[in-house]
Amino acid sequence: MTRKAAALISGGLDSLLAAKVIQQQGIHVEGINFFTGFCVEGHTHAIRKKDKAKPKRNNALWVAEQLGIKLHIIDIVEGYKDIVINPKHGYGANLNPCLDCKIFMVQKAHEWIQKKGFDFLITGEVIGQRPMSQRKETMPIISDESGADDLLLRPLCAKNLPPTKAEIEGWVNRDELHGLSGRSRKPQMALAKQFGFEDYAQPAGGCCFLTDENYSVKLQDLWANRGEKKYDLDDIMLLKVGRHIRPEKSYKIIIAREEGENRFLSGYKKQFQSIKTISHAGPLALIEGAELNDEQIQLACAIIARFSKGKNEDSIELTFSRAGGEPQTKHVKPLAAHEIPESWYLV
Amino acid sequence: MAEQSQTVEVDARRLLCPMPVIRLQDAISELTIGDMVKITCTDPGVKSDIPAWCNINKHSLLNIEDQQYEIIITVRKENDD
Ligand code: SF4
Repeated sequence: MTRKAAALISGGLDSLLAAKVIQQQGIHVEGINFFTGFCVEGHTHAIRKKDKAKPKRNNALWVAEQLGIKLHIIDIVEGYKDIVINPKHGYGANLNPCLDCKIFMVQKAHEWIQKKGFDFLITGEVIGQRPMSQRKETMPIISDESGADDLLLRPLCAKNLPPTKAEIEGWVNRDELHGLSGRSRKPQMALAKQFGFEDYAQPAGGCCFLTDENYSVKLQDLWANRGEKKYDLDDIMLLKVGRHIRPEKSYKIIIAREEGENRFLSGYKKQFQSIKTISHAGPLALIEGAELNDEQIQLACAIIARFSKGKNEDSIELTFSRAGGEPQTKHVKPLAAHEIPESWYLV
Repeated sequence: MAEQSQTVEVDARRLLCPMPVIRLQDAISELTIGDMVKITCTDPGVKSDIPAWCNINKHSLLNIEDQQYEIIITVRKENDD
């Protein structure tokens, strides 16, 4: 009887190797990739033109292609909110709740294997690889709190951990698993070479935007100014795009930095107030927050004018639109650089 | 007599990868073998992601229509796995 394992595929090298090690033992492997909304995959590359030169691909799909396995992409945006907002085990260096995140994903994957009749779960975790979530002490916490218990096998460091059901039952041969530990990436690179994998992704900080300092600052600002720790998918997408300027607690301006961002932000004009330069080439901007009064509209226009080709003119023409509304023409003198306080810029 | 296959249209405009792929995956899972999904997207990333998804999940990519701002992709469901 062929045993079946579900592999958590992040798109990085470790999950690729872990799945390959198990596949080589004759196990049928399928991949699961979770979409949290914070994934680095695709998004900014799709939006920003400057990244166009880089090959654009979804690394999780690429990994599945390399392994020749099915990949199930699961949307966990809703359930994940609680993890980001209230992580029981706290945050890492930024707003990354890595340990809670791992527990949640393993829990969801465990539910999935039960529903689909798979025998066990695998992850690419390595003891000591990441300071918050991949430590010797956190391994049993993830297994216990997720409910996966001994159905969770970590092929890359299994020899440093107690045997799991897959090993005890003889579904996999423990001797052919690995005993990696520590921060070094060399053993993984050697293993990749042995398997003939090239051109794999090597994310530096982590697998999501929550490990990014600038991103975390913007998310914290959003919560602080809304007065509650909440977000929806549009919020977290918009934090990835544009220059963010907050003149007042009640609103923030998101200014496109180039054509790709202009196009992306224009998709939100029905939901947000927006400003566009008319007399001179310039960016599209969205207003996130309360409805602006006349004075605020003038200020927002003058700020946006600063980022247009007419920044040194005495007056430039723009249009201001309420969400989904008709454009109203405005004329303003662009603010000088020193008239926009540094403290208004969110990173 | 065999039932006629149907084509379901999915609007994935403004969605960034991997969301269009998730929409396609969800639509396919509701259909029977031979049915088709015609998905309209604006993220150019779908031009690599949807073919990759079809390839690994063994569904047929019938057409990619690359218009100025929209990409329309047609996929036929080939299995129930
Ligand atoms: S980096 Fe992000 S996705 Fe990865 S474990 Fe941490 S919180 Fe989760």
